[in-house]
Amino acid sequence: MTAQPDIDAILAEYASWPGGLMPALHAIQHQHGWVSSEHVPALADAFNVSVAEVHGVISFYSDFRTEAPKGPLVQLCRAEACAARGAKAVHERAIAEVAGQPIDLEDVFCLGLCTAGPVITAQGRVHSNVTPDEVAVIIGHALRNDAVPPAPASTARRPDTITVFVPIDAAARAVGADDVAAGLVDAPGVHLVRNGSRGMLWLEPMVEIDTPQGRVAYGPVGVADVPGLLEADLLHGGEHPLRLGLVDDLPWMRSQQRYTFRRVGVVDPRDPDDYERNGGLVGLRRALTMQPTDVVAEVTDSGLRGRGGAAFPTGIKLRTVLEAAGTTKYIVCNADEGDSGSFADRMLMEGDPFMLVEGMVIAGWAVGANDGYVYIRSEYPDAIEAMRAAIAAAEQRGWLNGPGSVGGVLGTDFVFRLHLRVGAGAYICGEETALLESLEGRRGVVRAKPPLPALEGLWGKPTVVNNVLSLGTLPAILADGAASYAALGTGRSRGTQVVQLAGNVARGGIIETPFGITVDEVVNVLGGGTASGRSVRAVQVGGPLGAYLSTDHLDVPVDYEAFAAAGLLLGHGSFVVFDDTVDMAAMARFAMEFCAVESCGKCTPCRIGSTRGVELIDKITAGIDREQNIDTLLDLCEVMADASLCAMGGFTPLPVRSALSQFTDDFHRTSPSTEGSHS
Amino acid sequence: MTLSLSMLIDDHDLGTPAPDRRLREPAQATVEVTIDGQTFSVAEGTSVMRAAALCGVDVPKLCATDRLDPFGSCRLCLVEIEGRKGTPASCTTPVAQGMQVTTQSPKLERLRRGVMELYISDHPLDCLTCAANGDCELQDMSGKVGLRDVRYGYEGDNHLSLGKDTSNPYFTFDSSKCIVCSRCVRACEEVQGTFALTIEGRGFGSRVAAGFKGSFFDSDCVSCGACVQVCPTATLTENTVIEMGQPRRTVLTTCAYCGVGCSFKAEMQGETVVRMTPYKDGGANEGHSCVKGRFAWGYATHQDRQLEPMIRESITDEWRVVSWQEAIDHTAARLKDIQARHGNGAIGGITSSRTTNEEVFAVQKMIRTAFGNNNVDTCARVCHSPTGFGLSQAFGTSAGTQDFKSVESADVILLIGANPTDAHPVFASRMKKRLREGADIIVVDPRRIDLVKTAHVRAAHHLQLRPGTNVAVVNALAHVVVTEDLVDHRFVQERCDPAEFAAWAAFVSQPENSPESLEQHTGVPAAEMRAAARLFAGAGNGAIYYGLGVTEHSQGSTMVMGMANLAMATGNLGRDGVGVNPLRGQNNVQGSCDMGSFPHELSGYRHVSDPNVRALFEGLWGHAIQPEPGLRIPNMFDAAIDGHFKGLFVQGEDIAQSDPNTVHVMAALTSLELLVVQDLFINETAKVAHVFLPGTSFLEKDGTFTNAERRINRVRPAMRAKTGKQEWEVVCELAAALGAPMHWNDAAEIMDEIAALTPTFAGVSFAKLDEVGSVQWPCNDAKPMGTPIMHEGVFVRGKGRFTVTPYVPTDEKSTRKFPLLLTTGRILSQYNVGAQTRRTDNVRWHGEDVLEIHPHDAEERGIRTGDEVTLASRVGTTTLHAVVSDRMAQGVVYTTFHHPVSGANVVTTENSDWATNCPEYKVTAVQVSPGHSAATVEIDHPEHRLGALVRMANQIARQMAADPHADAVAATAYHLDRFWEHEMRADLVRAIDAGTVTVDDIVVEAVGRLSVTA
Repeated sequence: MTAQPDIDAILAEYASWPGGLMPALHAIQHQHGWVSSEHVPALADAFNVSVAEVHGVISFYSDFRTEAPKGPLVQLCRAEACAARGAKAVHERAIAEVAGQPIDLEDVFCLGLCTAGPVITAQGRVHSNVTPDEVAVIIGHALRNDAVPPAPASTARRPDTITVFVPIDAAARAVGADDVAAGLVDAPGVHLVRNGSRGMLWLEPMVEIDTPQGRVAYGPVGVADVPGLLEADLLHGGEHPLRLGLVDDLPWMRSQQRYTFRRVGVVDPRDPDDYERNGGLVGLRRALTMQPTDVVAEVTDSGLRGRGGAAFPTGIKLRTVLEAAGTTKYIVCNADEGDSGSFADRMLMEGDPFMLVEGMVIAGWAVGANDGYVYIRSEYPDAIEAMRAAIAAAEQRGWLNGPGSVGGVLGTDFVFRLHLRVGAGAYICGEETALLESLEGRRGVVRAKPPLPALEGLWGKPTVVNNVLSLGTLPAILADGAASYAALGTGRSRGTQVVQLAGNVARGGIIETPFGITVDEVVNVLGGGTASGRSVRAVQVGGPLGAYLSTDHLDVPVDYEAFAAAGLLLGHGSFVVFDDTVDMAAMARFAMEFCAVESCGKCTPCRIGSTRGVELIDKITAGIDREQNIDTLLDLCEVMADASLCAMGGFTPLPVRSALSQFTDDFHRTSPSTEGSHS
Repeated sequence: MTLSLSMLIDDHDLGTPAPDRRLREPAQATVEVTIDGQTFSVAEGTSVMRAAALCGVDVPKLCATDRLDPFGSCRLCLVEIEGRKGTPASCTTPVAQGMQVTTQSPKLERLRRGVMELYISDHPLDCLTCAANGDCELQDMSGKVGLRDVRYGYEGDNHLSLGKDTSNPYFTFDSSKCIVCSRCVRACEEVQGTFALTIEGRGFGSRVAAGFKGSFFDSDCVSCGACVQVCPTATLTENTVIEMGQPRRTVLTTCAYCGVGCSFKAEMQGETVVRMTPYKDGGANEGHSCVKGRFAWGYATHQDRQLEPMIRESITDEWRVVSWQEAIDHTAARLKDIQARHGNGAIGGITSSRTTNEEVFAVQKMIRTAFGNNNVDTCARVCHSPTGFGLSQAFGTSAGTQDFKSVESADVILLIGANPTDAHPVFASRMKKRLREGADIIVVDPRRIDLVKTAHVRAAHHLQLRPGTNVAVVNALAHVVVTEDLVDHRFVQERCDPAEFAAWAAFVSQPENSPESLEQHTGVPAAEMRAAARLFAGAGNGAIYYGLGVTEHSQGSTMVMGMANLAMATGNLGRDGVGVNPLRGQNNVQGSCDMGSFPHELSGYRHVSDPNVRALFEGLWGHAIQPEPGLRIPNMFDAAIDGHFKGLFVQGEDIAQSDPNTVHVMAALTSLELLVVQDLFINETAKVAHVFLPGTSFLEKDGTFTNAERRINRVRPAMRAKTGKQEWEVVCELAAALGAPMHWNDAAEIMDEIAALTPTFAGVSFAKLDEVGSVQWPCNDAKPMGTPIMHEGVFVRGKGRFTVTPYVPTDEKSTRKFPLLLTTGRILSQYNVGAQTRRTDNVRWHGEDVLEIHPHDAEERGIRTGDEVTLASRVGTTTLHAVVSDRMAQGVVYTTFHHPVSGANVVTTENSDWATNCPEYKVTAVQVSPGHSAATVEIDHPEHRLGALVRMANQIARQMAADPHADAVAATAYHLDRFWEHEMRADLVRAIDAGTVTVDDIVVEAVGRLSVTA
């Protein structure tokens, strides 16, 4: 692990990559376990930057370690959805377990497995629903460096076999899907397909059997259940206590209108033929017969709005870039899905990666861009792998231009290359301008706007920056026509919302539904209330920068305008449920702490304000000059909200203020004290 | 602009730069914007902050400054804009037509106070004892927003215990006072272009860091001072300010280092300099500086300065301090005595490129009137004389064609034999800025200089030629331009002489001038050469910049003409972004040449043989001017050794260290009966002088310097002359003692006389310069505000002249005995012979000259970095420490000449440019061997001198040999007539008659036609 990295080979590979510094640092870290300052001059030379800049980049991203690791790395998620499911106790136990041991324990903020927290990674493997006792076991394995078996892949189809689907989605793998797949792969008559997840994450690992009646589901299946299931004639849909019935008839599925997620869980994400058989490329083929302006018009007419949170009309953005001066333009896919409680992007990339590829090609054609970049956070190794494989397959098929390819996409003259880049542990890179900086191989520091990225984006060129779901929806809109999307939804919120339900909830997962469903329906009807069985106390909507709703406010309909009217942020559509044991002062503190950890550090309100926010809340909960400090906290919230450069500092006050206004009692638990007071 | 010099000048910072800083005139398109109820018209694209500042409303700010692009991080400058939600930052928001802006409201005041409260919660409260007290923007803003309380307390997380970085000798970095506005980081990137600084960490942990090892001194920092200048707090502070406190008055003046000519504010307490800060409105530097001008001014008041006149009979005697009167009388008497005994021409003088125009003018006037001869030369002889010669031949003016600003419009820069990041750092920063914007650069240099590859700079082509093959390179480039028909025919047709173009095109098209044929000489791969030529010829705006790597060759003048040919053929003259641009070495090289200090020319480059010109001067001066050229510096040396040149007046140049072949120079100097040195220090030359006249530093001088872009800048006294006299006053007194008084009351009157006698200076006066800041000559009735870009529409000489430029290899060739080629150059921290910079903390960066040697050559000789090595040429031997480096090609070694102890010029030879005698510093065949060895001495003798004259004549003939024989003879005769001193021509005839040396036929025939013969 700590052998010297082959720096020359790494630099030879990445020196010609635009913004190649980050990939090179990843490669060094991968080979070496850390990045030594010895390598800084060579990196600076290779990428034509200064040693100071390289140092600045390394020190910005939490992934890059500048000291030799003590031992294996264990990461614990501390974000809200895991916090809602008891991460604090796990965290405390882990700290006790690693004390004095040669092991590196670090915090991580969201691995996108938000229905099954607390989540831990060790030796590259993810463990979910971890209890404090299990933490001790996991750390023990890590210390012994126990081998992790490889995940079984889809098998080739043989005669007289029946297709058995076992999801390869990270959420399914985290609860043992690989073990289930390993138990099934060699069973007689089994043709194993690793599909995406249907999004009913409480049922994972959910095994599906291809029967003449349709796909029959069993779940959640443990590895111990496999022999019994085979015995119960699983392969022909046989009866078993775990048998759920036909997938399409399940209430969860029937309650939805799957538009963007139409193929997720259906197809084998590694199989381009499967993609084409299931409607893939129809949209792209049609788009390529149209003029770019007509493609843009189609998107505009669909009413699609940016699904990363800002809800900016996608068609207008495409038109801006199309009409922008210059011949070099870029498509950038923001797959830095860092919000706790959000995992739709991850699931789409893991379950239907070709759709994102296709969507980016369509966007490229629409605006005249020949290069696309998909920037995926490093906390999503499965999504990275899925996209890497999909891009390679698409290049091979001529759906994309790849190394040595001749001509353009699908036999046309249109050239489009797609590049995958991996983040390095910085939440702020989900902010579009910080993401562009990061793609350029720099510190992920937010840019001031204007100029808009649509006019001066990546390397100063006109750039479409859109979320995975926005770009991933383009193939469907182009395939089915603008009206197919516009027909769904309510008011100006057209189409569907991909709701992600997580935290302390009985039935968590993905719900793709037309806009208009209420929060209460999402949480209590579809989600079935809390997982703990206790009453729901709070729901955080829209990620770590979203407000906490008390149960009095759950009747808001899920649409952009209604949310905005209520002073809320729909964001990426995540709903994290908390039961009545939650300490909302602690959650408010967490919001400030998260901002303090993840702030890029550029603007003053966010850089200093978040730290002062944590300190103020500590004083408030300790009962020190409470009323005065609450006033100061509210003033701080105003400064952060109205003076910050980007949404990170700007929206951090939302959870804080909402906790303070709706859960006031939690801030008054200790008796007031004048100790340590100040004037 | 009227300046009151008795107060501190505080630049009004408008917060963001002008919308298009490249524009020479303000943008035409304007919009109406209402700010706090008042409507104004401002240029489109202006930021709301700048618009407000222009209208007299200064919005609070900390991260914004008009020297840097808007950043938007401090969040103090928020405003309200009608119809827009929220409170946008005024620095990053451009104005729009009809925009209604409010800069003050209860909401805005609350937000600003809140932001300041956060800042101060992590800032020391030691304002009263802080070095920035009175000059702190954080303090100012705190006052402006009315911060009265920091409710967070001071016990929270903070950075107050971070230590200071005092590694840099000139400034201190105190991280505990840093507000992380990134101004320093941005200045290092945007203004200086070095990228030595970064923010490390993120969030609350974000801190300014230098390099990656932690200290400024260990980082890439070049101490330009840009970070210190923009720092709004005491985080980055000059050590002099820490020691002395804030300055109280400003004197606007001009840096006395290189040819960039940066304008500075000398910020003073009484007569003591507190700091030098670059002046924002300085045309050459636009507010930027380098380590020398910004910090290395301490030499001016260094204890080594000799402040009183001294004389001695013999150089073995002790110096005797005397009164000014005695010094002047003694000198005059000795000079007269020499002339009485050895003839009028037995004395002469050398003007300096470091003194003011007025001082140069005074010296040359003294020589032409009081000495009664034309034996005046300038140290520009040994650096840029080929520039004057070559550009004058091609375009009609002995100066570069552009101003520095022009580089901002260049698309392809062809950089030949210049190393701007070391030698012209402030201009290099402007160039690098343009390169970062996307312009390409082609570097022609034997060394891999920084501009070949450094952070954010990567040359499109590096033509790593063998030293001495410039002309072959330019011919090869021209060959591609002509044979691939990349010529700008329209330009050539309209602007140039067609016959000369045709002759030149035919010449460069010859197969022997192809990149393929010349590759054996240049060492540059033909494909690379062709690609470079295509890139340059295909550029919208192609600009040539060059330095001493062009001029200091036996074909320096040929190369200048070769570059002029290339620029004309590609249509790259007469507008922004193009041109042929010499990067002049010393602060007043251009000026000293303009002032008539060449032996053949009066001010404004007018030949002494022109009776009308002489009549003009004679009329005003009341003295006859000799119609024949006088001696050049090398000729003076030869004549001294020969015994018929006996007295020399040297102002401000250390010829003993700076001129080539030190042994030869010392032999000449010690042959003199009287050597008079006027200088700040007892330099190497003064060590063998008989009279020492103390000089004044630039901080004491009143006058003008003219920089490389022909910009005439004012030099103003920040303190009284420490010697009691201005240098020109001393010259006047000497002239008067010799019987030719010069009646000037002050330096302004000298400029008035220059203007009266020099058409290109007709419109120049101190009053005008004080009013407008600076002007670029020509400045006269036709161009009252000066001429930034020359040759617009038509060349000064009419039609541009193409000259055939045959490649004639230098005689200096590597041999078995001397297998390596030495080339010399400069380094950022040191200046010229180091007399100034060696007396500052700049020695921390460069304490000695080292010999850079390629790893292969080093290994062959068993040399490692740090080893002492002997460097030997056929004329001398010296000892240096080696640095093994692959910056040079194999077979080439490199050193600097900043330290007298290393004596790089001990090994450089007497070879020189055929046209101007500019020494061939850049090519010396040498051997390098490990260890120290005793110096070898080889003294010239008269026979050698006659041989040298013939060699010089043969050299001229070889340049002309490409022309038809009759033309070549005529051209050779013309050249000898026009540029050679009478005695030299006579000696040439004698040498030919003696028949002991081989003389080119062309020379023999040309000598037969000389109008003046023995």
